[in-house]
Amino acid sequence: MTMEPAKGILSVQVWRGGADGAFQVFQVPRQPSQTVLDVVTYIQRSVDATLAYRFACRVGMCGSCAMTVNGVPRWTCRTHVDKVAEGGALSIAPLRNLPVIRDLVTDMREFFDKWAAAKGSFKGARSKTEPFAQVRPDSPERMRADAGIECIGCAVCYSACDVVSWNPEYLGPAALNRAWTLVCDERDAANAERLRAVAGDAGCHACHTHMSCTERCPKHLSPTAGIAGLKRAVLRAALKGDL
Amino acid sequence: MRQPSSYWVFIVHRVSGVALALFLPLHFWALGSALDAQALDAFLAWTEQPFVKAAEWGIVTALAAHLACGLRVLALEFLPWRDWQKGLAASAAAITVAAGLAFGAGPVASLSRSVS
Amino acid sequence: MSARADAWLWIAQRASAVVLAVCVVVHLATIIYAVQGGLSAAEILGRTRGNVAWLVFYSVFVLAVAVHAPIGLRSVLGEWLGWRGRTREVFLVLLAGLIALMGWRAALAVFG
Repeated sequence: MTMEPAKGILSVQVWRGGADGAFQVFQVPRQPSQTVLDVVTYIQRSVDATLAYRFACRVGMCGSCAMTVNGVPRWTCRTHVDKVAEGGALSIAPLRNLPVIRDLVTDMREFFDKWAAAKGSFKGARSKTEPFAQVRPDSPERMRADAGIECIGCAVCYSACDVVSWNPEYLGPAALNRAWTLVCDERDAANAERLRAVAGDAGCHACHTHMSCTERCPKHLSPTAGIAGLKRAVLRAALKGDL
Repeated sequence: MRQPSSYWVFIVHRVSGVALALFLPLHFWALGSALDAQALDAFLAWTEQPFVKAAEWGIVTALAAHLACGLRVLALEFLPWRDWQKGLAASAAAITVAAGLAFGAGPVASLSRSVS
Repeated sequence: MSARADAWLWIAQRASAVVLAVCVVVHLATIIYAVQGGLSAAEILGRTRGNVAWLVFYSVFVLAVAVHAPIGLRSVLGEWLGWRGRTREVFLVLLAGLIALMGWRAALAVFG
């Protein structure tokens, strides 16, 4: 039986180096049900051990393997080569909008710093000696919060967002979405200062509803919806003089 | 990066807005010359030129487009969230821009008719 | 600018947008109607001069534009030209003033 190497080989260009690096091309044998993470793993293990990349669970739960595939930010472990390879070619680069450490690895610090700047952590008012808060899971507020809480901080939305590219101070969709889930949390006591933290040119008001975040979120969340909610919450606070 | 349709609606919104902001001073200046009826007549005669007619049609379309895209923004920001709103919004913008194009052709046609 | 000030700019932008949505529809409809009868200065001014109701309408229209356009341009200047800070805000306030003055002058010329 004659082999058909051309059909069975992917031509993959992979970003190497830092911000001033370049693409390097590798030939990778195709496999059934191959994912982009499989491709990267093959290159690092069989071709070039110096390739730097991140992964952990490799089953679509942790978000560590997020990279830019053919110009689109994705989880590489959940991206089948068959779905994205155009004419047997693939382009793999680090996530956009984050500083590149090396090859496919980005510095995620600004992403998480902005999360903190948006007051993206819960602040309760009760002590351990008081009874639990009674929160109905089917209340409209709780359902709004629940629609956004599955975020695992993978930074795909942050990479997809053009406002992040245009405005270095912009907190970004993930941080704002998390802030929104807390604004909807009736137990949280820090919402006055949280609304002040998310308002303004660096916050929710900079969102122009491109909806790239909602389009790309691997968990199918809608930061656009959360940010719209923040705009309305800030409006109410401003009208009441609480901003 | 391949952008979703809502990104292009935003681009139309922004570009039409800038075009309108550039046009407005001309518009106000021309009308301000109505203080002198002769100056207004001279200006109106000048606007009969084809490139001016084309520009007027462009402005009307830009206005319709900017309004449609703006209504989409208001809907996304103030109405309760529905997952299908994105698609609906984009089609609403498209339909209204199409209406603006047809709409814009009307006054231009009647303007050139009235002159002859 | 402070987050609070930015929030109020957003509010002013949305409020003026709603006003403009109404004004633009009325304006376009009126222009189409006015154009049917031809466009000489005498004809236009004959119908519009001394009309207080329309003068008030267009004064409100101009005010809404003077608020809406500079705030809209503010984002474009910041995001696409990297122009932020005090000089941008001063430029935009002057632009708002210019739009208001030119607009009200035009409204007075046509409806005064």
